[in-house]
Amino acid sequence: MIPSLIAPHPEVWVYLSTSPLSWLTLTLVAFIVADRISIAFNRHPAVNLVALATFLIIVALKATGTSYETYFAGAQFIHFLLGPATVALAVPLYRNFERVRATALPIAASLCVGSVVAIVSVVAIAKLLGASHEIAASLAPKSVTSPIAMGLSERLGGAPFLTTALVMATGIFGAMILSPLMKLMRIDDPAAIGMAAGLASHGVGAARAFHIDSTAGAFAGIAMGLNGALTSIILPILQPWLGL
Amino acid sequence: MIVAFAGIFGCQLLGEFIVRAFALPLPGPVLGMFLLFLALVLRGGEGGKGAGDVPKPIGAAADGLLGHLSLLFVPASVGLMRYFDLLAANALTLILALSISTVLAMAATAFTFRLLAGSNS
Repeated sequence: MIPSLIAPHPEVWVYLSTSPLSWLTLTLVAFIVADRISIAFNRHPAVNLVALATFLIIVALKATGTSYETYFAGAQFIHFLLGPATVALAVPLYRNFERVRATALPIAASLCVGSVVAIVSVVAIAKLLGASHEIAASLAPKSVTSPIAMGLSERLGGAPFLTTALVMATGIFGAMILSPLMKLMRIDDPAAIGMAAGLASHGVGAARAFHIDSTAGAFAGIAMGLNGALTSIILPILQPWLGL
Repeated sequence: MIVAFAGIFGCQLLGEFIVRAFALPLPGPVLGMFLLFLALVLRGGEGGKGAGDVPKPIGAAADGLLGHLSLLFVPASVGLMRYFDLLAANALTLILALSISTVLAMAATAFTFRLLAGSNS
């Protein structure tokens, strides 16, 4: 539709479709639209911001025949801020320092239990359903932040870029089920909710946790960082047991 | 604000450097998070300020970045479009394995945390 509007001026479309500015703007506009929809649904967890914005953008890219590489040339400026945002997690962590220090034992224990459950369950279920080695290995690090997950997947014989896609899917799914699951388990301690969010669904879960409560966000940041480190240590140890 | 961003970028850069220099199995930004945390702890001790007190510009920059954390995941998430075929061919396995495992990991983490935190207080 958009190309036909400016069809009399093909050179305009060539400029727009290849300019990073277009795809940067599209990302922001899609996010604003997704945010409005999320607000209209009273921030219902099933209406996930990341999933909705992603869907809108993929529809736009497919409609205009634009490749992910062309899109990413613009979107990378937003993607770049993920690194500094991860560093910035130190701030809510420090603001909750007293609480974190007082709960060091529950943090360490829930981290160890959650990390093993996250790895073993996904590999066991995938193998039970007859998944190939490549698929099972790509799934194993699904709960950790994508730079760590990609490296681990490669070491196990998985497909690193498939892992990135699975990591994002895990994050979005985790963000959607966080509130309903915690309600079902009758857990209302923001620290416990944050730990669960960050451990099982990394930064996307942490983003959802920040929507719930800043303490939940702080604990999600801790869980995400520590689970990334812990998974990269225990996954190679569990590897023979998992048959990977 | 510029000082705050220089500090945050500096922590990331130092993190990236240390990770590469010592071949650590961690992404640079995650180490950068621990470095910034360490810097805040050290400063808190010297300045005599109460624990949890963050310099205003750093606090504002961090709140700005983290307030829009969802947006920052969108470009990577759009990358899903490249794997539609592979994802579709294994859809049932992937959906079941991902969803059940995520529920189990979340429940196990929250349950363990509550069990131990509950018995402390």
